[in-house]
Amino acid sequence: MPASQDIQGIIRRVAEIIIDELKLEDVTAETFSPDMDLVDELGIDSMDLATIALVLQDEYRVTIDEDDYPKLKTIRLISEYIKDKLPVRH
Amino acid sequence: MKTVSSLLDKEWHERYRRISSLNIRSSIYDVTNRCNLRCKGCFFFSSGEHQAAPEEMDLQKWEEFIDREKERGVNLAILIGGEPTLCMDRVEAFYKRLPTYCATNGLIKVPRDKFPDMMVGISLWGSGEDEKILRGRDTFAISSKNYEGDAYTYYLYTITPRQVGKIEPVIKRIADVGLKVHLQLLSNDEGVDGFSWQEGELKDLRFEMDDMLDRYPQTVISCKYYHEIITTGKMMGRNFGWSECPSVTEALDNRANRPRRLIHFARWASDLKTVHRCCTSATRDCSTCKDGAAHMSWVMVNKREHLKSTQDLHNWIEVYEMFAKLYHFIPW
Repeated sequence: MPASQDIQGIIRRVAEIIIDELKLEDVTAETFSPDMDLVDELGIDSMDLATIALVLQDEYRVTIDEDDYPKLKTIRLISEYIKDKLPVRH
Repeated sequence: MKTVSSLLDKEWHERYRRISSLNIRSSIYDVTNRCNLRCKGCFFFSSGEHQAAPEEMDLQKWEEFIDREKERGVNLAILIGGEPTLCMDRVEAFYKRLPTYCATNGLIKVPRDKFPDMMVGISLWGSGEDEKILRGRDTFAISSKNYEGDAYTYYLYTITPRQVGKIEPVIKRIADVGLKVHLQLLSNDEGVDGFSWQEGELKDLRFEMDDMLDRYPQTVISCKYYHEIITTGKMMGRNFGWSECPSVTEALDNRANRPRRLIHFARWASDLKTVHRCCTSATRDCSTCKDGAAHMSWVMVNKREHLKSTQDLHNWIEVYEMFAKLYHFIPW
């Protein structure tokens, strides 16, 4: 189970996963803009998204539908998508 | 961190955005096992793929199959064979459901009243002399009459080693009938004497291809980076081959290194059940494969590798644009 399930925690973790999986250089989770367009700016494609989605699904125990990939254009949108799928805590 | 906007000026960024939204999902279909030619070096017949599976004859089953392919996410049907135009009803079933490209030898004309904007690629194996040796006849004499001036047709010119230094007359013949041409290289699957590439020939050919692009820019649909990749078999210091090829049928792809590949790509036999290993024959040596579409796709799926410099990204954009033009996703 990931350490933090609030939106800021998820944003940070998604950034870490993207940096790690795509082996991005010169960027950290702190400096990675959550609103950067991953497709238009970083050149991420659906194969990259599939790789990232596998890690996120495993970590957060949520399903990321391939048909939803076009919507997941930024770290913030990915994070909100995950948060919406997490079970509500009481 | 290198970003697209840090590498491109406004004009190139607009070109990038235009293609990056296309999300092309192609698959290849053997429309029939039959052909009205028997070319020496045709991978379909030389590898025995025409006998790999019995042809499905029920048109309704083709229609149902294509509907399933569309649901699977395919948005570009590449029809090969055999000769697809021998089964025009099957071609029509694809065309009514999906963006469709039809590879043909051009001997039978696709009726434009039924297929007004279907992209047609006519295979051409060099000069009239080479065509007679390899294909038994000079197909250009017929195909150029069938398709003269057609806005949705181009020649897929497979250059043979005997053509090095002699490709301009072929390009000029094509320009003179108002058609366009894309260049690729013979793989010589049947080892026909005199048609295997020798050291130095590919280097000379690369510069000749570049020269044709410079001198016939309205006719030749290509780019110099593609010429480099197809003639050297190298990209970013990596060698093309089985461990790199993006055009392997997904269901059969058990490569441990998990290379970047075409998502959901499959090449279907004409029984609509069997899949072939890749976009060409399973008997071909991948290390010497010269398949043009596979090399283009190799560049396209490695987009982020090309974010190292402005020139690299320009190269990637030009290859992607070339592919998108050849399959009618963007205009010439």
